[in-house]
Amino acid sequence: MWDYSEKVKEHFFQPRNAGVLEDANGVGDVGSISCGDALRLMLKVEPETDIILDAHFQTFGCGSAIASSSALTEMVKGKTLDDALKVSNQDIADYLDGLPPEKMHCSVMGREALQAAIANYRGEVWSDDHEEGALICKCFAIDAVMIEDTIRANELCSVEDVTNYTKAGGGCSSCHEGIEEILVKVMAERGESFKPGTPSKEEAAPVGMTNLQRIKKIEAVLESVRPQLKRDGGDIELLDVDGKTIYVSMTGACAGCQMEALTLQGIQQKLMEELKEFIKIVPTKAGALSRASCNP
Amino acid sequence: MEGIYFDNNATTRVDEAVVEAMLPYFTEQFGNPSSMHSFGNKVGLAIKKARMQVQELLGAEHDSEIIFTSCGTESDSTAILSALKAQPDRKEIITTTVEHPAVLTLCTWLEKDGYKVHYMPVDEKGRLNLDEYKKLLSDQTAVVSVMWANNETGTFFPVVEMAEMANAAGAMFHTDAVQAVGKVPLNLKDTKIDMLSVSGHKLHAPKGIGVLYLKRGVRFRPMLRGGHQERGRRAGTENTTSIVGLGKAAEMAMEAMHHENTEVKRLRDKLEAGILAKVPRSFVTGNPDDRLPNTCNIAFEFIEGEAILLLLNKFGIAASSGSACTSGSLEPSHVMRAMGIPYTAAHGTVRFSLSRYSTEAEVDRVIAVVPEIIAQLRKLSPYWEGDGPKEEAFAPTYA
Ligand SMILES: Cc1ncc(COP(=O)(O)O)c(C=O)c1O
Ligand code: FES
Repeated sequence: MWDYSEKVKEHFFQPRNAGVLEDANGVGDVGSISCGDALRLMLKVEPETDIILDAHFQTFGCGSAIASSSALTEMVKGKTLDDALKVSNQDIADYLDGLPPEKMHCSVMGREALQAAIANYRGEVWSDDHEEGALICKCFAIDAVMIEDTIRANELCSVEDVTNYTKAGGGCSSCHEGIEEILVKVMAERGESFKPGTPSKEEAAPVGMTNLQRIKKIEAVLESVRPQLKRDGGDIELLDVDGKTIYVSMTGACAGCQMEALTLQGIQQKLMEELKEFIKIVPTKAGALSRASCNP
Repeated sequence: MEGIYFDNNATTRVDEAVVEAMLPYFTEQFGNPSSMHSFGNKVGLAIKKARMQVQELLGAEHDSEIIFTSCGTESDSTAILSALKAQPDRKEIITTTVEHPAVLTLCTWLEKDGYKVHYMPVDEKGRLNLDEYKKLLSDQTAVVSVMWANNETGTFFPVVEMAEMANAAGAMFHTDAVQAVGKVPLNLKDTKIDMLSVSGHKLHAPKGIGVLYLKRGVRFRPMLRGGHQERGRRAGTENTTSIVGLGKAAEMAMEAMHHENTEVKRLRDKLEAGILAKVPRSFVTGNPDDRLPNTCNIAFEFIEGEAILLLLNKFGIAASSGSACTSGSLEPSHVMRAMGIPYTAAHGTVRFSLSRYSTEAEVDRVIAVVPEIIAQLRKLSPYWEGDGPKEEAFAPTYA
C-alpha cells in the first residue's frame, strides 16, 4: 500500500472541483499513455483581468492523480494566468504534503494540463516536451529518460558520474545495477563499452587539504546551519566522509519531510563553496551506513 | 482485522490449526534435525511427516521428490538455473509472456548471459497456441517453464500435455504451480512434469516456505550448496516450524479440495455474475471456462484500478489490481497487455480471489458496494458522460 499523506487521501476521498465546468473558456487535455493517467482541466478565465475565476477537472487515474488534480484546481483559482503558470509540480506535491517518488509523475501531469489549458485559452498550440521513463532511483525519484539524457549530454561513463550529475544512486545504492544497464546501452551508442570500476570524471581526492582539515571544515559548515535547524526542532549530524560523499543524519522535525531535500541542497551548496570541490551530501539513518557500497 | 479479504491469490491467512501444529517447534522442539541427539531426532521425524503430507497433496511417487525451499521464487529460480547447468549444450528456454515475475525477470536476466528465451504469446482469453509451442521445441531447448494457473486471471495452461511434448523433445519441463496447488487435484506421478514450484503462503501456511518438486531421475544442480540438508539439494538448516506448518496446510488442503471446487467456486460465480449484471462496461478477463475456482478478474472500463482499490478499502474490502499505479511501475499488468486488453480497461482491472473462509454474506456485500464505487469514479473520469462513454471520444495529448 502506498504511503499517502493525509492530505492526499483527503483530496482523493473528497475531491474539490470535480466534474464538468459548463462555461469553461480554457480546456487542457493531457495524458500519459505509458502510465495510463489522463486529465482534463477546465478553466474559466475573466478576459479583462486574466484571473482564473473557476477551475474544474476530470481525471482517469490513481489516487494521487485524482488528489493532484483536485489540489491543482484549488491552487490556481483566483490567480492570474501568469501567476498560475508559476505553479510547479513540486508546488503541487508540497501542497499535498508530498507524494511517494513513484507518484511524482501525477503532479507533472497536473502541471502539463495547466499549460495546455492556458494555451487553449490564449489560442496557442501547446506541445508536450516531457518524456517519462521507468523509475530507476527511488531515493531521488529519477527516471530512466533523465539518466539516459544526462549520460548522453555529458558523455558519462561511471555510476559515480551519474550520481554526481543527477543524484541517482547516491542513496541506498540499490539502483546501481539499473544505472549500469543504462550506461551499457548509452555508451554502446557512442561506440564505447562500459567498464565497471571506471573512476569518476571528477578528481578523486581534493588537493591541498588533509582529510582532517576537510572534516573540520565540513563540521564548521554544519555548525553554522545548526542553529536554524534547531529553531525548527531538528538537527544534523556528520556520520562519515567518503571521498566526495558526505553522509549525514537528519533528526527531529526535518527528518523525512519535504523540507529535508531543500535544506540538504542548501547545505550541499555551502559545503561546495567552502571546500571548493564537488561533493554530494547523502542523508542516511545513523547506524545504517555500510561501507560495502562506497567506492574507496 | 475486520473486513472482507478477497485477495487470497496475494496471500492467505494461516489456518489456526496450522499455527497450532507449528508452535511446539519454536519452543520445546527447537532442535536441529541434523543433530545426533533426541532434540534433533524428533524434529527430523516431524519434517519427514510434513514431506509425506506434501507428497500426498502433489500426488508424487516418492517423498524424496519434495525439496523444501524458502519460497515460490526460490523454487522457480532453482528449477530453471538447474536445468541450464545440467544441460550445458542446450541454450534455449521456452516460457510465456504472462508468467509471474519470479520466472520472467530471471529469464530476461539470463538473456544477457547469451541464453535464447522464447516468450510464447497468448490470445485474448489468455490461451497458448500449442502448434506454435511444438515448433519452438528443439534439441536446443534446455527447459520449458509454464505456469499451471495464472495468478491474475486464474486461467489454466495445459501443462500436463505440454510436459509430454517437452519430454518427447528431450527438454526438461518446469511449472510454477504456486496458484494451483491446493485448489486443483494433482497427480504428478502420472505426468511428465519434471519440476514444480509451490509456495506455502498461498495455501494457508506461513510466508517464506516453499517446495520444489523434483521428479526422481531428473538431473539436478543445486543453487544453494553447503550442508547435506535436503539430501544436499538445498543446503541450509531447515525452516522447521514452517515446514511443519506447510505439511499441516497440505493435509488440510486435501480435505478442502472438494469444497474449493464446489462451494468456493459457487461463491466466485455468484460474485462475478452479480457485479457484471450491475456494472455496465465491465467484463471478465482471461478464460472463464478454464480457470481456478476462486479467482475472478474483472475489467472496469474508463477508470483506474488503484482508485477502485482505495475506495474498496474504505469499505473494508481487500482486492488487487493490474493497474500500473499499484505496482510502482508505469505499465499496466503485463498479463493484461499480453491479452491485448486496451489501456483504458487494463488499468481498471480488479482481481477478487476467494478462499475457503469466504462467506455468502461477504459476497453479497461486495456485490452491493462495487457498483456504487465504479459509478462514483466514472463521474470523475474524462472518458465518461452520464451512463456511458463520452460520445466524442476523449483524446488527450499523450506524453
Ligand atoms: C504464480 C506465482 N509464482 C510465484 C510467486 C512467488 O511466490 P513467493 O512469494 O513464495 O516467492 C507467486 C506469488 O506471488 C505467484 O503468484
Ligand atoms: S534507489 Fe537509487 S540510491 Fe536508493
